[in-house]
Amino acid sequence: MTVSIETPRTLPQRRGVNWEKWGWIYMRASGVVLVVLIFGHLFVNLMVGEGVHAIDFAFVAGKWADPFWVVWDTLLLFLALIHGANGMRTIINDYAQKPGLRKVLSWALLGSTVVLLVLGALVIFTFDPCPAGSPADLLPSFCGDIN
Amino acid sequence: MPEKSAGALADAQPVGRKQAVEQKPQGLRVSGTLYRGREGMWSWVLHRITGVSIFFFLLVHILDTALVRLSPEAYNAVIGAYQTPIMGLGEVGLVGAIGFHALNGLRIILVDFWSVGTRHQRLMFWLVWVLWAVLMIGFTPRHLMNVFGG
Repeated sequence: MTVSIETPRTLPQRRGVNWEKWGWIYMRASGVVLVVLIFGHLFVNLMVGEGVHAIDFAFVAGKWADPFWVVWDTLLLFLALIHGANGMRTIINDYAQKPGLRKVLSWALLGSTVVLLVLGALVIFTFDPCPAGSPADLLPSFCGDIN
Repeated sequence: MPEKSAGALADAQPVGRKQAVEQKPQGLRVSGTLYRGREGMWSWVLHRITGVSIFFFLLVHILDTALVRLSPEAYNAVIGAYQTPIMGLGEVGLVGAIGFHALNGLRIILVDFWSVGTRHQRLMFWLVWVLWAVLMIGFTPRHLMNVFGG
């Protein structure tokens, strides 16, 4: 009877992309960028001027009239939601021990993440700051020049 | 039956503990090398709790912002809920959670990549709280003035 044992200290050869490694790197890379993006977002929306009281449709329309904030908010949407979803994936893998439950939760997470990314991107890129038929006092001031 | 086994366990315990001490004298000073129960554990626990909280806020926040595509009236009605005093206090909690998660995340990156990061992880945990306190002292009064001052 012959038993062959693998040579010690030889790691099994992995094939393909090491997704766990890239997930690990993504959390750190996106995390650093998100610190800047989120604190900037919070400062402009909560600390400048009247803070939270200033936020309404016209405020959002005013921000998205500037491509700077369109890019900022798009980056925020994608980096933050994927960062959060990957963190939730880690937690599901830690605590959902039954394979069936883990599968259901993982697919639900992936599904809701993709839906929210598509929804968010559509909202940002198909946004109409001056929708027809809306009362002028709810719209940003520049709509008066167009209508 | 359960009572009997519990009694047996209680009888056996002092002997067992004594044996453990005799066999492993270094077990008495084990706290310094354990991850569990110290700053590292609380950093991990709080990172998870704040992370999950922020994730669920983010889900709601993407949905409420999506209302700008529906109509100005719908968006203003829902965003008005964020401007009530109760939500104003909730926003202090949200910023507190984000502040800790951000600063502790930077600490984790330093532990991973800085050559002496692991050696200073405990000090950095407390530094996170110092910076967090500075952040909250800067944010909270101004935000609450906006919320309650009208």
